[in-house]
Amino acid sequence: MNTPTQFAHIKGWGADLDHANRPAYPKERMPARLNPPVRWEEPEPQLRHVEVLRSTERPAMTPVFGSGQPPRGLSGGIRRFAFSYSENDLRHWLLLLFADRVDVGEGLIEDLARGHVPRIYSEMGGRAELKHNPVGAAKKGLVLAAVIGAAYLMTRRSPRRRSMRPR
Amino acid sequence: MLALNYRGPYRVRASQKPDPIIEHPNDAIVQVLRSCICGSDLHLYHGLVPDTRVGTTFGHEFVGTVVDIGESVQNLKRGDRVLVPFNVFCGSCYFCKRELYGNCHNTNPQATAVGGIYGYSHTAGGFDGGQAQFVRVPFADVGPTKIPDELLLEDAVMLTDAFPTGYQAAEMGGIREGDTVVIFGAGPVGIFAAKSAWLLGAGRVIVVDHLEYRLEFVRNFAQCETVDFKSVDDMAIHIKKMTDWLGADVCIDCVGCEAAGSALQRLTGVKLKMQAGSATVLHWAINSVRKGGTVSIVGVYGPTFNAVPIGNAVNKGLTLRMNQASVKRHLPRLMEHIRAGHIEPHKLITHRIPLEEVSDAYHLFSSKLDGCIKPVLIPPGVNV
Repeated sequence: MNTPTQFAHIKGWGADLDHANRPAYPKERMPARLNPPVRWEEPEPQLRHVEVLRSTERPAMTPVFGSGQPPRGLSGGIRRFAFSYSENDLRHWLLLLFADRVDVGEGLIEDLARGHVPRIYSEMGGRAELKHNPVGAAKKGLVLAAVIGAAYLMTRRSPRRRSMRPR
Repeated sequence: MLALNYRGPYRVRASQKPDPIIEHPNDAIVQVLRSCICGSDLHLYHGLVPDTRVGTTFGHEFVGTVVDIGESVQNLKRGDRVLVPFNVFCGSCYFCKRELYGNCHNTNPQATAVGGIYGYSHTAGGFDGGQAQFVRVPFADVGPTKIPDELLLEDAVMLTDAFPTGYQAAEMGGIREGDTVVIFGAGPVGIFAAKSAWLLGAGRVIVVDHLEYRLEFVRNFAQCETVDFKSVDDMAIHIKKMTDWLGADVCIDCVGCEAAGSALQRLTGVKLKMQAGSATVLHWAINSVRKGGTVSIVGVYGPTFNAVPIGNAVNKGLTLRMNQASVKRHLPRLMEHIRAGHIEPHKLITHRIPLEEVSDAYHLFSSKLDGCIKPVLIPPGVNV
């Protein structure tokens, strides 16, 4: 096709104007253009060696699934409970978000139990912050110091208050 | 092996994990050569995606070398260099038969609304991702695509998600010759959507963001107009003023659930989690598009609900199109565009960072430091 002059500086302008050149047109396309085509009608099922939770909106396990991080501890119990509700039920998702937060606490305990003290500032990208945003890092440091200082002062003042109370 | 290890919101580290193993006869094990951090990974990193478990390895944009295959794999052999679409898909279910590979029904037991995605929480199937030295790739005969010799590895890694998603976003807009297309978000997907809009014959492309370095990048990369939304009082009025008071023909959401631009949306969607993320861009898109126009959505939102002006969409007679990209069906055409020199996807890569420094890479990308547009992780021992 001839490219209109106002688009001459844009490489490839209009190359896919024709729907025949649009790879996902129409939206649903049969037969699929997989090359070579798949050899199975139903995939073989993957063997399960860890607990895998399943949506109640499914009649059976899918043939393939991820097997990382099976449910564990208290968070795992909450996740199992969450999966008693369907995806259509808000409780399902809110319980999963709650389980995620519990899992973070369990992760900290797991780290400490293994003798690993997590370097939280480093895990949060502190080195990049210091290098590329030193002013922001300083501000955050000052805010943190102010909070700690205020907390310290409050704990120091409390005994005085107690001592001033009439006996 | 060394792999990203999620420890909680805003906390990741690189640590040792067991190597992945063949768990299904059609599995392959791929040694990762390059792995990108995607903007949607930040939703995981920020703790917004339900069922993101501590210990998960993120990463759905990766290329690598096949180092092991299951007994039924016929289309790959050890040593093949492959790009792996972010969708885990079987090729044979109701949806895959219709080329809707992003909606595969056979790879995610935990949910029905979303198919399997590498490294994207148990809500997307519980598959560990490619921000690691090795990764398990199910349905190795279907998903992975051999990387042609002439294709740069860093172009290939952009074909696993960002470029096809940006292209599909534009394609779903049903762009006709001369259309005005407004793209919200100048991240990698928005940048690719802008470039793709031209390929599809748009007459005018406008990209909206608030980060000047990204707006400058997209102006140069995609020869488009830009709008800094922080300098605009009302987005819908601004777009209408730019379009003879009619509105744009097509509006595209390339931002998703962490959109800035509305304090109320941020409070209710991101901080208080009263809705599935901030729906600011959905508001802007529906209210800025012309009557009878199309809104295309590829930004990621949570599974619950968002408050959006659906009544306006009805009254304006809009077409709403949205989906996860069906990467595999786009690859042949997008490779042709790269070969023809229409686009150089690797130019979006601004940072190449060792996997060992993944904590810094995430913070850099999340906080938009050092002019970051697209960071790529390089596992240890990789020499290409």
